[in-house]
Amino acid sequence: MSDKANKGLLSPLRRKLLMGMAAVPVITMLPRASFAQTPATSAVNTTGLAITDTEVTVGILHSATGTMAISETGSIEAEKLAIEQINAMGGVLGRKIKFIQEDGASDWPTFAEKAKKLLVNDKVAAIMGCWTSASRKAVLPVMEQYNGMLYYPTFYEGLEQSKNVIYTGQEATQQILAGLNWIAKEKGAKSFFFIGSDYIWPRTSNKIARKHVENVLKGKVVGEEYYPLGNTQFNSVINKIKLTKPDVIFTDVVGGSNVAFYKQLKAAGIDLSKQALLTISVTEDEIDGIGGENIAGAYACMKYFQSLDNPNNKTFVPAFKTMWGEKTVIGDVTQAAYLGPWLWKLTVEKAGSFDVDKIAAASPGVEFKNAPEGYVRIHENHHLWSKTRVGRAKLDGQFELIYETADLVEPDPFPKGYQ
Amino acid sequence: MFGDYSLGDLGSIFVMQGFAGLILFSVYVLMALGLAIIFGQMGVINMAHGEFMILGAYVTWMTSNIFQSYLPSLFSGYFFLAMILAFVASGALGMLVEWVLIRHLYKRPLDTLLATWGLSLMLQQAYRSVFGAREVGVELPQWMLGSLHVTDSIEVPINGVFVMCLTLLITVCVAYVMYKSRWGRQVRAVVQNRVMAGAVGINTEKVDRYTYGLGCGIAGIAGSAFTMIGSTGPTSGQLYIVDTFLVVVFGGAASLLGTIASAFSISQTQSTLEFFMSGSMAKVLTLLAVVGILMLRPQGLFALKVRK
Repeated sequence: MSDKANKGLLSPLRRKLLMGMAAVPVITMLPRASFAQTPATSAVNTTGLAITDTEVTVGILHSATGTMAISETGSIEAEKLAIEQINAMGGVLGRKIKFIQEDGASDWPTFAEKAKKLLVNDKVAAIMGCWTSASRKAVLPVMEQYNGMLYYPTFYEGLEQSKNVIYTGQEATQQILAGLNWIAKEKGAKSFFFIGSDYIWPRTSNKIARKHVENVLKGKVVGEEYYPLGNTQFNSVINKIKLTKPDVIFTDVVGGSNVAFYKQLKAAGIDLSKQALLTISVTEDEIDGIGGENIAGAYACMKYFQSLDNPNNKTFVPAFKTMWGEKTVIGDVTQAAYLGPWLWKLTVEKAGSFDVDKIAAASPGVEFKNAPEGYVRIHENHHLWSKTRVGRAKLDGQFELIYETADLVEPDPFPKGYQ
Repeated sequence: MFGDYSLGDLGSIFVMQGFAGLILFSVYVLMALGLAIIFGQMGVINMAHGEFMILGAYVTWMTSNIFQSYLPSLFSGYFFLAMILAFVASGALGMLVEWVLIRHLYKRPLDTLLATWGLSLMLQQAYRSVFGAREVGVELPQWMLGSLHVTDSIEVPINGVFVMCLTLLITVCVAYVMYKSRWGRQVRAVVQNRVMAGAVGINTEKVDRYTYGLGCGIAGIAGSAFTMIGSTGPTSGQLYIVDTFLVVVFGGAASLLGTIASAFSISQTQSTLEFFMSGSMAKVLTLLAVVGILMLRPQGLFALKVRK
């Protein structure tokens, strides 16, 4: 107990010292060759993390039970695959990754508690985890207090940045703007109807989308509607859509509501091959529940689709299916979760250390060339540079890539003019 | 807000909006009927109602898979068999649960709330272990998809019409069973006076078991029908439980007529308000109205004597 208290007292000082050290170009001081062999534990682990000469421990923290298990299962699978692959290649700095999996149980205080357990009791070197913004917000103070490192996979609303988090999903502007630009140009769209679930992510995303439609695209938002999470009846809003006849329906409905929305849209005779619909909340995972026939023709704005045609993805998809079964599908967030362990490994090797402060400082500029989505690089703000893509849903539940940005899109978690 | 639209447009929207209200009404009645029997007639606060519905949905999903693999030629008709199987499966599980759990709690109705809530958590985790955490997509035969084209601007969803017909059929059946059949008289006799009913030779334990089974079976049919309009996953049942209790409590616990009247008023309020404001606000106002009315009339719209 006293040991813990001491650490707590010491850590602000230590953090400052280490931040100062990080300014020194650490990497150039270390001889490159040392990465080939296994460096001594005392050299790569100065803060008492759970690292031995042969092993390093990381944490996986997702909901395996409760409502969110639907979404988070894919992330758990992707992270385990990445860890297995890294171990097969010899591990990180010569050490095999061992993981401790904790269940956040779709309950935000539980997430915070488990994060604390992983950092304080297990002394994990990094945590791959969280899914909803609510769980991340609950875990964030823990990560900052005990100086942990979190790799967070989900696309989210932005307006956050932390030394202790690497955001491997897209923030809102990265996800939305290029998609809106594309659909405005491609379909000549001028009027938009927004419909979302009623919580922070859809509301923030729609706020950004509205500013973009009104100020940049000079279009008009003819409706903006929110339904409670879990709502299963959308007939009224579908009637409103029919009445206002928007060029584009822009949706961020999530969870079980998603299924109800598309089934009822189809039943109401709205033909998605004629009525343009752009969603930022439907990945291959969701289509499993919605049914391909109910959503075929809709456009989704993501950074990854399982059908992407590039060499990295062609090795990633079969590897995933070998490990988790032929029928599993891979959605955008699953791929982002797969990036977490890899980015951490690359950053550790760049920093030549497992120390969290060194990793935080070394992260900007780390590139992962074998990412299934193509190529990603960590920005100074700890988000990823990545491309925005638009896919069209097909009957078989897969997306057909329609458009991708020519260059990587810069992450901008605090977008000026959009707040 | 209507200035920009032509009279024809408005006319057809009002027709369709009226229809949306009727569909919502049918959905509410269908999901509440089973609970009206269990909670209304037996006084058991069945928090696992949603999970019995989802069992029906999973049975439908399995039936559709079996038909696709082995009997593709009969696929267009599988849904009817699936609904019967859903009734049998949920009803059987209901009877088992009554025998193991509920019958020990008849004298402590509030404890049924905790017990069935625990049961709902267990069932959710069981579905997750058996069927996986992800939602499953139930494939429907072609004729159940899409809409009936009435005029250029009026389109009526087929699944809505289907749910309406199904609701009507089941309501009529339940009303007949409860009010006309010999068994229904026994159920009502037990509700009104258990001791006396036993004294005149009614096997009250058997009546209890079948009543609970019937309520759960109807929940199973509802779950099966809702695969057309909603999601099927381990926790999907939770989406319905609040609305279901709302309808039953508002209607007056022991009255079938009350359940129907309450489903009608709630659905019409909800769907009219939804048209003029956002869905979340409509829900808030509907709930406020319900709370207000229940404060004035705590027994609900229609009240009968309940088993003590």
